[in-house]
Amino acid sequence: MTVASSSTPRSTPPVAIAAPKAQRRTGTRVGDGRGDGALAAVFVAPAMTGFLVFLLWPTLRGVYLSFTKFNLLTPAKWTGFDNYIRMVNDPIFWDSLRVTVEYVVINIGVQTVVALLIAVLLQRLTQSVWLRSLVLTPYLVSNVVTGIVWLWVLDTQSGIGNEILGALGLGHIPFFNDQHWAIPTIALVNVWRNVGYTALLLFAGLQAIPGDVYEAGRVDGASEWRMFWRISLPLLRPVLAVVLIMTIIGSFQVFDTVAVTTFGGPADASNVLQYYIYGSAFGRFQFGYASAMSVALLVVLSAITVIQYRLTRAGETDLG
Amino acid sequence: MRFHRRLAGALALGLVALTGCAKGGAAGSPPGTVTYWLWDSNQLPAYQACARDFEKRNPGLHVEITQLGWDDYWTKLTASFIAGTQPDVFTDHVEKFGQFADLKVLEPLDELPLTKGISDSSYQPGLGSHWIGQDGHRYGSPKDWDTVALFYNKKMTDAAGISAQEMDNLAWNPQDGGTFEKAIAHLTVDDKGRRGDQPGFDKNHVKVYGLASGGAGDADGQTQWSAFTGSADWTYTDRKLWGTRYNYDSKTFQSAISWYFGLAKKGYLAPFTDYNSQSSQANVQVAAGKAATAFDGAWMISTYHSFNSMDIGTALTPVGPTGKRATMMNGLADSITKHAHNLVGAEKWVDYLASDACQETVGSYAVVFPATPAGTRAAVAAYRKKGIDVTAFTEPVADKKDFTTFTYPITNYAADVYALMHPAMQNIYANSASVSGLDRTNSQINLLLSH
Repeated sequence: MTVASSSTPRSTPPVAIAAPKAQRRTGTRVGDGRGDGALAAVFVAPAMTGFLVFLLWPTLRGVYLSFTKFNLLTPAKWTGFDNYIRMVNDPIFWDSLRVTVEYVVINIGVQTVVALLIAVLLQRLTQSVWLRSLVLTPYLVSNVVTGIVWLWVLDTQSGIGNEILGALGLGHIPFFNDQHWAIPTIALVNVWRNVGYTALLLFAGLQAIPGDVYEAGRVDGASEWRMFWRISLPLLRPVLAVVLIMTIIGSFQVFDTVAVTTFGGPADASNVLQYYIYGSAFGRFQFGYASAMSVALLVVLSAITVIQYRLTRAGETDLG
Repeated sequence: MRFHRRLAGALALGLVALTGCAKGGAAGSPPGTVTYWLWDSNQLPAYQACARDFEKRNPGLHVEITQLGWDDYWTKLTASFIAGTQPDVFTDHVEKFGQFADLKVLEPLDELPLTKGISDSSYQPGLGSHWIGQDGHRYGSPKDWDTVALFYNKKMTDAAGISAQEMDNLAWNPQDGGTFEKAIAHLTVDDKGRRGDQPGFDKNHVKVYGLASGGAGDADGQTQWSAFTGSADWTYTDRKLWGTRYNYDSKTFQSAISWYFGLAKKGYLAPFTDYNSQSSQANVQVAAGKAATAFDGAWMISTYHSFNSMDIGTALTPVGPTGKRATMMNGLADSITKHAHNLVGAEKWVDYLASDACQETVGSYAVVFPATPAGTRAAVAAYRKKGIDVTAFTEPVADKKDFTTFTYPITNYAADVYALMHPAMQNIYANSASVSGLDRTNSQINLLLSH
């Protein structure tokens, strides 16, 4: 089976670099190289300012604060590795990490499968822009509003969702208030909100697969099911890998839904790491310790991203 | 060159815009403005009325009131201290002020010309002393007070054959729950119409709970279990104010807690799963007809009496093993922030808030009991005018013979105490964990306090 050739990311950079060189040589648009540099600085400045002020500096400052005792309103006091030693010995930290991983597994597992299904259906069954837009609708609602709406819908006593379950004879389920239900419920509420966006990213990846590959498959007598496993999924792998990296990072940072529904309860059953960090910082004024936990989260996420990137060969494509 | 000049101009404009952002909030208010924050939306109209009168008396001063829900209030306040956009004056809570005083973000009122004359004797007994920090300075000017009582649905108590007088004379003990447990068992009804004290009662299919859930109560149990532990001769800490050790490891406390949450296992108290601080608080459970009674604070009187076509009664807290009734008596106060943008205006506003003029105005709105006796009288009269009997809330303060009143636990590390007790109490209520687990939690708390 042959597939249409396409430039791999590795072949792209020389092309991208070549174009500006050609422009500089002609000097037709912005004059000499010096003018070019100034204009480039103007264009880069907003993003660079944002990067330095809102990302790099806070990160460096956060790493520094993780080695201090700091209550935000009085000067930080250097304490060396005390916060890290405390973190390693803090059972609540480890429990939060466990709860967070549980959330990520459910959230990403369900979200990826459902998003993939929606993306394939959108690609293979419909051309309707209206339907594609509809899939994205929950993503347009803010996390906080989503959390509150589902809190009301699933309220144990008077939520319409539980009323329906009751009417069906299934009894009332304490979705947000039971230690076993809390994390799966939050994970699925966020699946509801984000699945459309993820599906759209995967859909875009599917659109990039040349049609003649499917045509060849059909000529060979392959079923839709077989084409999904043999064509769509392998050729979607780089996009799927990047989407997974992005969604897993986002999933590890879950906060809003917990903050408006369970407040980390019952009995810390949904005390995800971000919520624990927030509580330590803004509730207990332990910004040094909160910074140490944030650094730990950064390390965990970086490690997961690198491992995932390598395992899924996200930078390579099977196309071509 | 012209390009560089334009670039510089654009950058300057951007910087000005950023500066404008940074100057938002209190710092960006017009001259003469006093910024004031509170969390109770019910009280907003009353304080707006006070502000109008204050502005008439103080030409050139304008009070800008911001109301934020409890859950956002403290986070935003903390953020405002960092950003320098803190309000000049804010409604403070005894649980919080110690930490703010430690962080040096509050003005000692006893050192300011207009507020240094605040005297404990001007307020209901006990309220003033709560706001003295460990350093001996006053950080709050008392503004109101509250106690806890038992709200009940009169139609349900009538149907159960329990009179108002009987509701007012309930007693409890940690062994068999006394007449209180008998009453709420009788008020509990399952989906087949059987009452909690009748044969065949199905505790797994309860239609109406005898007692609404107010959650697990965290470190204070103000509207959950404090009326019981308080009447069992238990105190939160070793000292009335600024205690140095907590007593959650006391067998008296643990037996009261065990009995109280045991009511949920019997089906009389709504289970933890039925409670949610956002969507299903105790008052919502009563309003929805899912619970017959609920312990709640005086600040909720107008809420309970606003339920459509529901006749609500209020009963005194039950008599405990000590032979006395008990309720927490808590009070809020107004604090002035350090580096207030309008310190003189803030002093004048706090001075006015503490005056009989404002206290009586607030009282006339019948939303809270103001801290001064005159303000309290105005509130009682306003409630009476609305046909609401508030004796169950005022009697504990007046009758020291039959009542014990106690304050919120005031200690260092209040936020840490909360962080440790919050999951511990939920674990007992939601997951039926043993109360003996509180021994370990108490040790952790006391270890913190010993530093």
